[in-house]
Amino acid sequence: MSVLICVELDNGSIKKTSLEAVAYGAQVAEKTGGQAVVIAFGKADPAELVKAGQYGASKVLHAADARLEHENSLAYADALVQAVQQESSKIIILSKSGLGDAIAARAAAKLKAGIVSGVTALPETDGGFKVTRAIFTGKAFATAEIRSEIKVLVIRKNAIEIDETSLSGGDATVEAFQPTLRDSDFTATIVSVEKADSELSLTEAEIVVSGGRGMKGPEHWQPLIDLAKALGAATGCSKPVSDLDWRPHHEHIGQTGIKVAPNLYIACGISGAIQHLAGVNGSKCIVVINKDPEAPFFKAADYGIVGDVFEILPRLTEAAKSLK
Amino acid sequence: MKILVCITNVPDTTAKISFTDNDTKLNKNGVQFIIGPYDDYALARGVELKEQLGGSLTVLHIGEADAEPQIRKALAIGADDAIRVNADPQDSYFVATQIAHIASQNSYDLILMGRESIDYNSGVVHGLVGEMLGAPSYSPVMKLDLDGSNATITREIDGGKEVLKAPLPLVLGCQEPIAEWKIPNMRGIMTARTKPLNVVEPISVDDVTVPQSYKLPAPKGACKMIPASEAETLIRLLQTEAKVL
Ligand SMILES: Cc1cc2nc3c(=O)[nH]c(=O)nc-3n(C[C@H](O)[C@H](O)[C@H](O)COP(=O)(O)OP(=O)(O)OC[C@H]3O[C@@H](n4cnc5c(N)ncnc54)[C@H](O)[C@@H]3O)c2cc1C
Ligand SMILES: Nc1ncnc2c1ncn2[C@@H]1O[C@H](COP(=O)(O)O)[C@@H](O)[C@H]1O
Repeated sequence: MSVLICVELDNGSIKKTSLEAVAYGAQVAEKTGGQAVVIAFGKADPAELVKAGQYGASKVLHAADARLEHENSLAYADALVQAVQQESSKIIILSKSGLGDAIAARAAAKLKAGIVSGVTALPETDGGFKVTRAIFTGKAFATAEIRSEIKVLVIRKNAIEIDETSLSGGDATVEAFQPTLRDSDFTATIVSVEKADSELSLTEAEIVVSGGRGMKGPEHWQPLIDLAKALGAATGCSKPVSDLDWRPHHEHIGQTGIKVAPNLYIACGISGAIQHLAGVNGSKCIVVINKDPEAPFFKAADYGIVGDVFEILPRLTEAAKSLK
Repeated sequence: MKILVCITNVPDTTAKISFTDNDTKLNKNGVQFIIGPYDDYALARGVELKEQLGGSLTVLHIGEADAEPQIRKALAIGADDAIRVNADPQDSYFVATQIAHIASQNSYDLILMGRESIDYNSGVVHGLVGEMLGAPSYSPVMKLDLDGSNATITREIDGGKEVLKAPLPLVLGCQEPIAEWKIPNMRGIMTARTKPLNVVEPISVDDVTVPQSYKLPAPKGACKMIPASEAETLIRLLQTEAKVL
């Protein structure tokens, strides 16, 4: 028996959110007995894959087939199920993303497994296998028991605390994995791929600086970008901002956009409509800068400044630059 | 072109959520229900494609009779007929099995869904249905065009987007800007009254997951206000007090 963790790669390294899933999987393995095994698809740097060991995995299956280099949830799910059989895994863990959900769903259907997505904490395992997840876009939590023999969990960011300074595991062994691939998983042709040039992905970022209509226009975004740079943060925006084409659509945060759960979310000139909050309520710490003391966002914030963003932002940037 | 659009019936995005019956049921009192916002995008694009190419559009909902006003609204927006599977679904696996069962009895070219439901939101039903039907599934889809038996899809990927060409049939999870939400007009509302809404019973499914209870998040502590004149202290507090820098 084992716990199988399916990770996502970025430039040959395991993504941060996926390393969190590895640590989560290792803790589940400790609770339920058995070892934590990782599976990764596509081009990877072996020196990066062994790092999964530090987070508690004993082994990494690396499916390096060239056909798996391009993100393909159909083929990944097929390969994942073959790994489940090889490793007699009973629990499968992925981190929440469009890709994670798609692989998880297709694998669950193949395995007739119960699937729970958006898991926020470790499972309870005495008397049934119970997991808690966020529902109503973070406005509530639901606990469900998974009764199927094989269980699929898609975990939210921050589902467990990881202390990066005290990682105890050693190196994992890396094994080549050669799944049988089906042509029916490759019926789509890729016409084009367009990736934003920023190296920092919004969903992976530990800090997000986000702007709303209060930023007044695309030509006024520089102070916000400067603060983001000083903090090593990704930039986001509210829906009207992307609707007005002030910022690209993939920065739109909220119920109908991207959901983020960084350690720190700084909202600049965003009123805090409930649909925007739905995308940020998984954040550990929220800072709101708004000239209106009655802005609803202050009710959801940990720190607030009532003031003009154009006056406050440059001062925060200077203060951030003088850190350390 | 035969299109199936799967819609949810969910509390309005601004609804206050609470639970009853010892925290085992959603308190529907005073809550206004709507078609899921992402499902509304799927429906809007489905109606446009049908108007452009001909064919039929069926809406499907797995749920109880209280969803019928929302189903009628979908008919008023332009669906030709509707199916309601009469059940109180407890998990995504159940919903997906019912959708796949209905779909396997009718050969749809396109099965459109929302990227995720906003109640028990998981973003997994399209993947489950795709696999159950042996059809590819893609999500979140931001643009969809058809050319004979092929679809051109723009979907969001981490930090960007990708354009794919894939043969039908397909199962797609939709999000904006795939189409603009449509508002029913008077004629639509009148004709919707006489369009067929068929109610069928569910097929039996193993309980792979069983809901236990619900809870609300712990109340948020008060927001610490920093005077604008001392804005710089924020950075220090984030480092020493909140420990997030
Ligand atoms: C179904 C549905 C889904 C939606 N989904 C989303 C979503 O996913 N994401 C999202 O963001 N919205 C979403 N919305 C829209 C949402 O309801 C709000 O309209 C939107 O979030 C408001 O954006 P905003 O805060 O940028 O703009 P506004 O509400 O206009 O707020 C601007 C704020 O800036 C402040 N301000 C102005 N000038 C300054 C200044 N110089 N300095 C400091 N502060 C200043 C003002 O006091 C105000 O609070 C959705 C709406 C619906 C109906
Ligand atoms: N009860 C339901 N009836 C019909 N369609 C549904 C139902 N639940 C979910 N769906 C569809 O599946 C999509 C994804 O839902 P979910 O996986 O729950 O986030 C939704 O946007 C709907 O299109």
